[in-house]
Amino acid sequence: MDSIYILINETYKILFLLIPVLVTVAMIVWLDRRVWAFVQKRRGPNVVGPFGLLQSVADALKYIFKEIIIPASSNKVIFVIAPIITMTLALVSWAVIPFSENLVLADINVGILYLFAVSSLGVYGIIMGGWASNSKYPFLGAIRSAAQMVSYEVSIGVIIINVLLCVGSLNLNDIVLAQQNMWFVVPLFPMFVIFFISALAETNRPPFDLPEAEAELVAGYQTEYSGMMYAMFWLGEYANILLMCAMGSILFLGGWLPPVDSEIFAFIPSPFWLIFKILFLFILFALIKAIVPRYRYDQLMKLGWKIFLPFSLIWVILTAGYLLYFNMLPGQI
Amino acid sequence: MIAHAVFFYLFSFIAIVSAIMVTAARNTVHSVFFLILDFISISCLFIMIGAEFLGMIMLIVYVGAVAVLFLFVVMMLNVAQQKNQWFGSSKSSSHIPVGLLVSLIIFFELIIVIGGWKYKPDLLDSKTIIISETTTNTHSLGNVLYTDYIHLFQLSGMILLVAMIGAIVLTFRQREGLKRQSYISQISREKKDGVQVVEVPNNKGVKIDV
Repeated sequence: MDSIYILINETYKILFLLIPVLVTVAMIVWLDRRVWAFVQKRRGPNVVGPFGLLQSVADALKYIFKEIIIPASSNKVIFVIAPIITMTLALVSWAVIPFSENLVLADINVGILYLFAVSSLGVYGIIMGGWASNSKYPFLGAIRSAAQMVSYEVSIGVIIINVLLCVGSLNLNDIVLAQQNMWFVVPLFPMFVIFFISALAETNRPPFDLPEAEAELVAGYQTEYSGMMYAMFWLGEYANILLMCAMGSILFLGGWLPPVDSEIFAFIPSPFWLIFKILFLFILFALIKAIVPRYRYDQLMKLGWKIFLPFSLIWVILTAGYLLYFNMLPGQI
Repeated sequence: MIAHAVFFYLFSFIAIVSAIMVTAARNTVHSVFFLILDFISISCLFIMIGAEFLGMIMLIVYVGAVAVLFLFVVMMLNVAQQKNQWFGSSKSSSHIPVGLLVSLIIFFELIIVIGGWKYKPDLLDSKTIIISETTTNTHSLGNVLYTDYIHLFQLSGMILLVAMIGAIVLTFRQREGLKRQSYISQISREKKDGVQVVEVPNNKGVKIDV
């Protein structure tokens, strides 16, 4: 009886986290298109509902009622599994995101490694979808995407090491609490910039959206997908973008901490601070999409391996040297 | 405790079945996917015994990087279409003795390792393995790795570095006639290098040295 109670309680908590995330993902698509249109002096989606807010609901309804087409020559099992994997992995990582000191679904010791591991698994949804479609455009898109994501993961990993040197713990709540005096964006500003650009590449956002460069590859790995399966890829992609924004705000912008520790800011509950920061980073993502032209593939690889990786490695040495010299290394046991 | 046992047997079952399927799958790409499933369930087992750091590193290194390279190689070499003929074909039986030999050696090695553990219980009590309740296992791992075993740790890093450089040297080839972009030469290019204004006499043309 006790275990059933725990089961119901946990399910309730998970739903309480996942349903807002899914709704936010739907709304964020609308925000993305609005910001994009705003920069280009267009109106954007403004017809369905007030300010076009219900546009995503209309889109979702359209996808649900469309026919799912599975190509005859495709590898059917993997073709169906691929969008499910993308979607699941994008949602599963929200379990460790702390919304306040106590408001976290799973407060695990290796939270940041978990986030990193799950985001590195995200490449499989794409590569499986591309391969199982058994068609040349999806395959090329998948290969490109996998190479790109693996490359930029390396620099994200090194950037995480930078932050961990300053924190001395892998727990996400400890990372947030270590920023009470100063957000890490101040001392580690170059790392924040590199993290932001790597996050763009990791989530296949413009200017690094080569996997789905429509001029060359139709729609990349999702060319053969239709209906709800396409929508799942699409939702997973946006959930991943939100997750990268959350990761950026936890690592560099102080997570759920208010900007200054004062009475006025304490009035707003801490989950809202995290949400504000995520939204801020997401609007930056959307602005970048509108203003920067797409990179060429060799430039993308050069940027990842020859510029970001050495630079962040040098920064690791600098951070470690600084902390050691001034005797500021955390977590001495 | 029952839930623990249920999950343990679930993950072990998945691990063993997918390990068998790696060799039994007809399609090479399917084999790699089963290998990935195997890695994931093994890392779940790691997490269940409390070695969360090892489990996560297993996910990041093996699933996130190594298996992607496997997939790349398998997809690029186009062995996906070749049918795996280990089962159901008589001419492939020449592989079986070698496979049996290797697996027998591994089996005996495992027996030796587990036997040593079984008959020498103080192996666990040696001074470097301190399982403490207060520190996380990432901390205790780091404490051992960077103090007592620092030389071995550095040495293994050097071996990996040498292997990496060796792989690069072996596969690197300079291709002829490859056009490369150099940001410095593009940025430092000025008007006088690219544009030349010439007076052209009528009906005579002009010769520009390029």
